[in-house]
Amino acid sequence: MSRKDATLTTHGFKYFLRKLWRDPMGRWGLLILLITSFVAVICPIFFPFDPSKVGVDASSILTGPSQTHWLGSDELGRDVLRQFFSGARISLFVGIMATIISTIVGSGIGVFAGYYMGRLDGFLMRITDFFLVVPALPLMIALGAIFGQNITVIIMVIGFLSWPRTARIVRSQTLSLRQRQFVPRAKSLGSTNLRIIRTHITPHVMPLIVANTILVVAGCILSEATLSFIGLGDPDRISWGTMLHFSFVSGAIGRGAWWYFLPPGFGILFIVLGFTLVGHSFEKITNPRHRGES
Amino acid sequence: MSEKFSLSIEDLHVSYQLSGSAGKNKIARAVDGVSLQLHPGETLALVGESGSGKTSIANAVMRLLEPTSGKILLDGVDLVPLQGSELRAMRRNFQMIFQDPFESLDPRQRVIETVMEPLEIHGIGENQEQRRDLALAALAQAGLRPAADIGDRFTHQLSGGQRQRVAIASAIILKPSLIIADEPVSMLDVSLRAGILRVMADLRDQLGVSYLFITHDLSLAWMFADRIAVIYLGRIVEEASAVDLIENPMHPYTKALVSVIPVPEAIEGASRTILSGEIPSPSSIPSGCRFHPRCPLFRELGEPEKCLNEDPLLQISAKSESHLVACFFSDPSKGDTQ
Repeated sequence: MSRKDATLTTHGFKYFLRKLWRDPMGRWGLLILLITSFVAVICPIFFPFDPSKVGVDASSILTGPSQTHWLGSDELGRDVLRQFFSGARISLFVGIMATIISTIVGSGIGVFAGYYMGRLDGFLMRITDFFLVVPALPLMIALGAIFGQNITVIIMVIGFLSWPRTARIVRSQTLSLRQRQFVPRAKSLGSTNLRIIRTHITPHVMPLIVANTILVVAGCILSEATLSFIGLGDPDRISWGTMLHFSFVSGAIGRGAWWYFLPPGFGILFIVLGFTLVGHSFEKITNPRHRGES
Repeated sequence: MSEKFSLSIEDLHVSYQLSGSAGKNKIARAVDGVSLQLHPGETLALVGESGSGKTSIANAVMRLLEPTSGKILLDGVDLVPLQGSELRAMRRNFQMIFQDPFESLDPRQRVIETVMEPLEIHGIGENQEQRRDLALAALAQAGLRPAADIGDRFTHQLSGGQRQRVAIASAIILKPSLIIADEPVSMLDVSLRAGILRVMADLRDQLGVSYLFITHDLSLAWMFADRIAVIYLGRIVEEASAVDLIENPMHPYTKALVSVIPVPEAIEGASRTILSGEIPSPSSIPSGCRFHPRCPLFRELGEPEKCLNEDPLLQISAKSESHLVACFFSDPSKGDTQ
């Protein structure tokens, strides 16, 4: 088994990382992701955020940056910087968990549809088309409203609505892989279809899945921010989207309390930009058709 | 009766339904009633142009496509009705060497994994170590030395000749009784061909494996095979021992093929017959003898009615019991009396 893994990683992690670093797009993306993951993972350990630690009186509400609150305070007198750090963690967590669901469902359906073709393909692709044309946002709002404002629900809703693109891409790659001669060779050796999928198809679609996954993370983070901004976020786990929501409803924008809404706004912008840059750069590396274009 | 054959193909038909606007409900008869017998340890070459149906026969025997009708007996067992796990278990007895070694080996696998794969599929060997040893032995047998060194490489790092040896190693590792080789050297440099063919010949002697050797190159068939069957448009037109077929070709099609084999010195009095036109589509097989539109003998004899209306059968010729030919006028003895 370890030998099989070795095969996958020969063109593995280090190789791709080096390639990414050489591409300016990939390098900027990696830097941004490095900074944001530092903010999301390390900072909350040293500056934990306690949502119940509210200000004592009216004078501590929506104060500007000061010695005690480097990024001021929110409408309840809580520290915005600490909130920003923990919000990064929630946004990233939801984005990544939703992406895992989306990738497993999408690549599973894509590989099976592409490999078996025929009727199964038709059936799975109609389902995919359905999820592709379903207006995602209203459905997310409806589902979020039905199942409640809970982080698990949000992850599930986003995850199960963002897989069709992955399924389409993986399917088309699988369809072309299926025409390669090593598939009939494996069959003539006596391989079962599942074994062929596992040993000959999956390793080939893996780079594509990874590239696509990175882009999906960006989309999922944005979806989470959107849902939270409209007020469907989990009120106990404040993400950047939730921060924007509360800054909006508390009138921080009207009052010019920029320290409250600018940090999460730019946070979302940067994290999405980071994933998108890395994703596109990775796609460029793995897809020979894009090579030499830039 | 079928017991003594390694492979016996009986009246095999393979047809494809053509779809699309051009050929609605048209049926292409790629293999149109082919029977072949192969003795254990024997090499039979199947020679034909592209589009003659030779690869369809290979794929049908390998059960990579479903034959329309007919029997395929391997060591007396009919493969056609087998399905699922029964068929997969049976597959260890017949293996295939594919035409293009650049396509048939997974570029993401190491050589050793490629060769160990059949063992893993059939659960041969007690552990990975034992399978590894078997694989290294097979690589050495296929002429890849040092085997351990080459085993650690990826297939995409090897040359075409080396890859085809890897394919051979993975085909022989299950010790099959039959190997189908579909144009195994046509994608290789001419300088490498002899080496590959020698390895295949050595394995035939060591393992007693029989080959169905598919090629478009008559001189290659003559070099490598014991017997040659010439196929034209899905039907065998002539079958004889390799020497007999080359020295005394009877069917006008075979004659034309033999006449264009390059020889070092021009044989006195020998003229080359260049066939006109292309092989017709298997969806519109000509009536009567399927070769008549391109047949030089047909024109020479003044276009006899018989060729236009009757389909000649593959029959024992007057010359020899083992020389079969499908032509009304090929036998000089018969031809004179007509």
